Amino acid sequence: MSTVALTINGQEVTVPKGTRLLDAATGAGFFIPTFCHDENSPNYGGCRICVVEVKGARNLVASCCAEAMNGMVVETESPAVVEARKTILELMLANHPVDCLTCDKAGDCRLQDYAFRYDVKAPALGGERKDYEFDDSNPYINRDMNKCILCAKCVRTCQEAEDRGVISLAYRGFRTKVAPALDASLAESACVSCSRCVSVCPVGALTYKSLSGKTRTWEVEKEEVTCTWCEAGCQFDLLRKNGKAVGVVAKSPGNGRPLCLKGRLGLELKYNDEPMTPMLKKGDEYVEVSWAEALGLDELVEKLK
Amino acid sequence: MGNLKEIRSSIEEQYKKRMDRPRIVVGLGTCGIAAGGNKVMDAINAEVEKLGLDVDVDFTSCIGMCYAEPVVEMGLPGQASVIYGGVYPDNVSKLIESHLVNKTPVTDMAEIQVTGGAAAYEGIPVMEKSPYYEKQVRSVTSRLGRTNPESIEDYIATGGYAGLEKALSMERQEIVDEVKKSGLRGRGGGGFPTGTKWQFVYDAVGDKKYIVCNADEGDPGAFMDRSVLEGDPHAVMEGMMIAGYAIGADEGVIYCRAEYPLAIRRLNLAIEVAEEMGILGENIMGSGFNFRIRIKAGAGAFVCGEETALLNSIEGKRGMPRVRPPFPAHKGLWQKPTCLNNVETFANIPFIVRNGGDWYASMGTEKSKGSKVFCLTGKINNTGLAEVPMGITLREVVFNIAGGISDGKQFKAVQSGGPSGGCLPAEQLDLPIDYDSLISGGAMMGSGGLVVMDETTCMVDVAKFFLNFTQLESCGKCTPCREGTKRLLEILERICEGKGVPEDIDTLERLAKTIKTSALCALGQTAPNPVLTTLRYFRDEYEAHINDKRCPAGLCSALLTYSIVEDKCVGCGVCIKACPVGAIAGEKKSAHTIDASKCVKCGACVPKCKFDAIVQA
Ligand SMILES: Cc1cc2nc3c(=O)[nH]c(=O)nc-3n(C[C@H](O)[C@H](O)[C@H](O)COP(=O)(O)O)c2cc1C
Ligand code: SF4
Ligand code: SF4
Ligand code: SF4
Ligand code: SF4
Ligand code: SF4
Ligand code: SF4
Ligand code: FES
Ligand code: FES
Repeated sequence: MSTVALTINGQEVTVPKGTRLLDAATGAGFFIPTFCHDENSPNYGGCRICVVEVKGARNLVASCCAEAMNGMVVETESPAVVEARKTILELMLANHPVDCLTCDKAGDCRLQDYAFRYDVKAPALGGERKDYEFDDSNPYINRDMNKCILCAKCVRTCQEAEDRGVISLAYRGFRTKVAPALDASLAESACVSCSRCVSVCPVGALTYKSLSGKTRTWEVEKEEVTCTWCEAGCQFDLLRKNGKAVGVVAKSPGNGRPLCLKGRLGLELKYNDEPMTPMLKKGDEYVEVSWAEALGLDELVEKLK
Repeated sequence: MGNLKEIRSSIEEQYKKRMDRPRIVVGLGTCGIAAGGNKVMDAINAEVEKLGLDVDVDFTSCIGMCYAEPVVEMGLPGQASVIYGGVYPDNVSKLIESHLVNKTPVTDMAEIQVTGGAAAYEGIPVMEKSPYYEKQVRSVTSRLGRTNPESIEDYIATGGYAGLEKALSMERQEIVDEVKKSGLRGRGGGGFPTGTKWQFVYDAVGDKKYIVCNADEGDPGAFMDRSVLEGDPHAVMEGMMIAGYAIGADEGVIYCRAEYPLAIRRLNLAIEVAEEMGILGENIMGSGFNFRIRIKAGAGAFVCGEETALLNSIEGKRGMPRVRPPFPAHKGLWQKPTCLNNVETFANIPFIVRNGGDWYASMGTEKSKGSKVFCLTGKINNTGLAEVPMGITLREVVFNIAGGISDGKQFKAVQSGGPSGGCLPAEQLDLPIDYDSLISGGAMMGSGGLVVMDETTCMVDVAKFFLNFTQLESCGKCTPCREGTKRLLEILERICEGKGVPEDIDTLERLAKTIKTSALCALGQTAPNPVLTTLRYFRDEYEAHINDKRCPAGLCSALLTYSIVEDKCVGCGVCIKACPVGAIAGEKKSAHTIDASKCVKCGACVPKCKFDAIVQA
């Protein structure tokens, strides 16, 4: 395979042709923040936090989209880069309820981490903030669109699963938001509660209802578990707090690993000491169901009786 | 139908015959129709019938003199044609009687005359010598207002499709070379060399290639592309067909904003008749070259004019820009190599192919060749469409063509390039209009909107207007543009309301810098330009708003103060009744006063005072 040689922060780096700048830099041990970059649907280039300085380029370059080229001279943390990142974070925080004290995502939130790293205090810029209703209509997923930074990872991952594509970007300008069709609530939408979106959200905009208020992210230990319901073999994390299993959450969906509610519920039942109450959508509403029904085993169970 | 070469001469002959008959031509572009052109047309038809005149009544599109609409042309055999402005149903009969019956033009209603080789009438400016047209050129606009845009015969008789005929006999690379030689740069705003772009698409490997025409024209106040589409639809199509042949595409899409129904109708008609005549479709003019054109009506979002957002929109996706590279030339529509150009760019192509690249390059400056169509609007005497040679100065455009500032006011600034552009002050009036000079001044060629502002314009307010536009039109994909333009706008709003603080200027500049350098697409990257140029040239106005709570142009209502001039006030008390908040007090027959702490600056009292005693400052 042919390679390209470039200079990153003064260091010579050689990578295979076609490597993204982001990967070239992180591979060489340099840190670059990212919000919207997703290995499974790359080249989005929305959040702009990953910009770097490339000598000779008119503007800063989004490293998650640009390809490393021979002879490139790249700075990942130059004053111009740091200034842009700080301003971008400042802009995000100016439109964000800085709620870290009670936020379920605190400790595992990129916005929080990067604000800390770049010493951005909130809110430096005043002005209007989005003010959406908290959507807890879905029994599994909480959506707080006020915390959304519009990285669109959720949109892309939901669209990647063949039969889904439930949410998309709606409206323009400052009013842009992620929404199901007709800006309905998640419960009213065709969402199948697979949690793909939750697993990719870099901030606390999408969180698991079953874990809400139960744990702080740093208190839990994770153990990878694999679903065996179907041949896809999706991966989940079993969360333990003080040795006690408290929940099962989806790991990022991968190629051919669609994630589904049944899979997650099955693992909940299997591992969780206090599994959540399963609910399924019947007609327009979510209703409590038996585990057998939730897992699609009611007929089988009936026969076994 | 047969070979165009065979029928061309008969079409030309018929056209000449028609030009040698008494005729009335009504301007029916969108502007003409808006000004009442259809009613004028009806009145003319009725009058002609009533008098039983042997006269052809026809229509054309916008000639560019929007200030004179509704516009009607009258001509007699062997005589110059006179173009009248301000023609309404009630003066139609007078015009017809005088010009066509008594053969005496009505000089006081005449704007210009087109002699076409005949003797000129006295007392009417000849088009090429008239103040509006003297400094203009008529190349890409040559048919506008002169031919019937719905007649393919008019098009062919005036040299139409001769460029395509010639191109089909050339080597494909030769055509690309000719476009390179012309020096033509994209007229959609970016100014990318068209020939170079065509070469990229020519060189790109692909089983399928596309031609896409950008007719989204979203700049507020811009209507060049609309005028070209409405006035010369075949020229745009011919340009696309030549491009298709040159780069190896057999399919073209015109992405036209749905708000241009007349343009879409005329394009559809043009496509239909061109197909009937074998000029478009399969085996064009027997050459073996196939080309189809279809129209996609856009929903009218400004960002859909950005080329990659436009491609997404054609593909039925949300109109959001894609990351570039890959550029459309390599991965465009449906990921196939795509040659995407602006309406005016394509409309220039037939002329370039017919007359040669050198001919085109003889107009303009070293780096900006040819001509550019501008829309002149704002506080000027002549608003309209003007085609000028590149390199003409802003001063010539504002003071010669546009006829200077209206109402005897002072020039303050000219805004070029729409929301992506900037405001240039009087010191910059001698700047030549070309891509690079305008950028060096902080503005942009943009698509060709020029808005002229006078002393009553507040520059902070202008910046606010454009930021409001870009904020609403931002596609919302990237953080700097979506969030940054909102904060810029809020700060500008605060300054206009008298709530600005000295740090605001620094914050504006700081935000502007990040938005410019890190936004994803050119909408965001250029969005701060209106703020940056007004800060560069009119910083004192910002400072006056912030430090002295004063709007020098007297426009920002929150910064106005109202007071009563003691000497003039007779104490009639009328103002007291007019004031909705009880801010005015005073004894009858003695001078009244306004309590500034109560006054809400509504201005209601000013016109009520018969003695002009209440002043606004
Ligand atoms: C926000 C935005 C809006 C644009 N709108 C238009 C438009 O309305 N018409 C147009 O021709 N080009 C527009 N452009 C420029 C196009 O992206 C593209 O450069 C152009 O159509 C290419 O054609 P040209 O090379 O012939 O100019 C716009 C660009 C941006 C960033
Ligand atoms: S999403 Fe992140 S930054 Fe926002 S409140 Fe939660 S932890 Fe804090
Ligand atoms: S849970 Fe699954 S289906 Fe529902 S919005 Fe998220 S990704 Fe889409
Ligand atoms: S909800 Fe989360 S994943 Fe979706 S756009 Fe917002 S921040 Fe990104
Ligand atoms: S989570 Fe669903 S899709 Fe994934 S392996 Fe389990 S059953 Fe299959
Ligand atoms: S710069 Fe603005 S319009 Fe362009 S991609 Fe970003 S948000 Fe969208
Ligand atoms: S400007 Fe309006 S509020 Fe002020 S004094 Fe006049 S009428 Fe009253
Ligand atoms: S991570 Fe690169 S633009 Fe978002
Ligand atoms: S004369 Fe019609 S738009 Fe101008």
